Amino acid sequence: MDRVEVVKPVHGRLPLTTPSKGVAGKTGLWRTERPVVDNGKCTRCFQCEIYCPVNVIRVEPETGVSIDYEYCKGCGVCADVCPMRAISMVPEAG
Amino acid sequence: MVRKALTGNHAISYAVKLVKPEVIAAYPITPQTSIVEKLSEMVESGELDSTMIRVESEHSALAACYGAALAGARAFTATSSQGLLYMHEVVHWVSRARIPMVMAVVSRTINAPWNIWPDHSDFMDQRDAGWIMAYAMDNQEALDLTIQAFKISEDPEVYLPVMVGIEGFILGHTTMPVEIPDEELVREWLGPRRQPYVVDGSSPIGVGGLTMPEETEDIFHGIQESMESAKRVIERVDREYGRMFGRSYGGLTQCYRCEDADYLAVSMGAWSGDLMEAVNKLREEGYRVGVLRLRFYRPFPREDLLEHAGRSKGVVVFDRAVSFGAWGPIFADLVASLAERPEKLPALSNIVAGIAGVNITSEDFEKLVKRFIESVEKGEKPVYFEWFRKR
Repeated sequence: MDRVEVVKPVHGRLPLTTPSKGVAGKTGLWRTERPVVDNGKCTRCFQCEIYCPVNVIRVEPETGVSIDYEYCKGCGVCADVCPMRAISMVPEAG
Repeated sequence: MVRKALTGNHAISYAVKLVKPEVIAAYPITPQTSIVEKLSEMVESGELDSTMIRVESEHSALAACYGAALAGARAFTATSSQGLLYMHEVVHWVSRARIPMVMAVVSRTINAPWNIWPDHSDFMDQRDAGWIMAYAMDNQEALDLTIQAFKISEDPEVYLPVMVGIEGFILGHTTMPVEIPDEELVREWLGPRRQPYVVDGSSPIGVGGLTMPEETEDIFHGIQESMESAKRVIERVDREYGRMFGRSYGGLTQCYRCEDADYLAVSMGAWSGDLMEAVNKLREEGYRVGVLRLRFYRPFPREDLLEHAGRSKGVVVFDRAVSFGAWGPIFADLVASLAERPEKLPALSNIVAGIAGVNITSEDFEKLVKRFIESVEKGEKPVYFEWFRKR
């Protein structure tokens, strides 16, 4: 790439912000279903961890699957891809 | 300097080749497709060293260019009609980020019903998006404007994206001799890319994050101020281009026989040539009339119109688009400009024509302009708004 010169604009403020710790990405109150894991059925195949679109699932060889519900959107992809049907979607409202 | 017979679309492709943007992203849509087809051929043959991103939609095409431009690349895309409407959301993102880039708009009527012929409605739909909006009259100007657009866009007094319009098929697919400047000279003239910030990972910055109302207002106000500055920059860039490459157009408007004119016809785009022909004939018949052609629609050439139209007895505006329920967009802006000096208002008339690609000839223009002048001369009030239809 040719050289780029960064020169301040003559007019106007730029739409830039400095990233800081915030609530971005947290699910809040809008999830309608949550995935619940039966670790007894889990074979540690890692499919749920690989396919989770928001990267909130971890699979440990000893303990099995853990899900970070702060960020889980309840999309159900993990339940769909689990070959052992060890994950089921449960209504948030009970 | 090489001379080639080129369509308007290929004239734009050659202009882009001379500029050599690092990134070109596009989705095919009639009548734009041959611009990026030609660029794709150039990249494939090694004639042009750019990255060509084939995307799944126009929304993605502009988003890809936006991302590349944020990272410091010169970027280019081209589109038409529904494609431009589909990318409309991203059109605003680019201008509000104050990121320079260039896009060609090969005008085509908006559907429905399905129609591939040109009018200015797709272009005019982008009016309030904060882009500099230029429109060429012939293939040579399409090439020259595209090169100039990069220079204008990257000026720190501007820092706004630029769209360059031509009518599909009328210019887009019609061949004319076009002079192609020397590649090295173009690059030398453009110099290194300038932009107000770069997202290159060297420092953590967020672009387009949430800002408070007052800060957002400041950002938008900056765009308005830069639009005013762009008027001077456009004229300066055109002068510099003239010195370097021998062709200069004058700035925001082109005045054709309007210096001594009593009456003025205002237009934009390729049909201005037919209007100029009509004016030549009317001059032979003794009608002192000229053409003021808009080369830029945003920033709106308010001062030029005040100067020329303000001393005319009558101004007739030809619009190739309509704001349904009101008038043609150029007319609405022109009247608003003239109202700055209400004591010197000329007789005014707006003719919307050529919608959906209907062919308007030089004879049609001659008839309409003559009718307008005669009604003013007789002391009658001319028709304020008319949709001229061919059947």
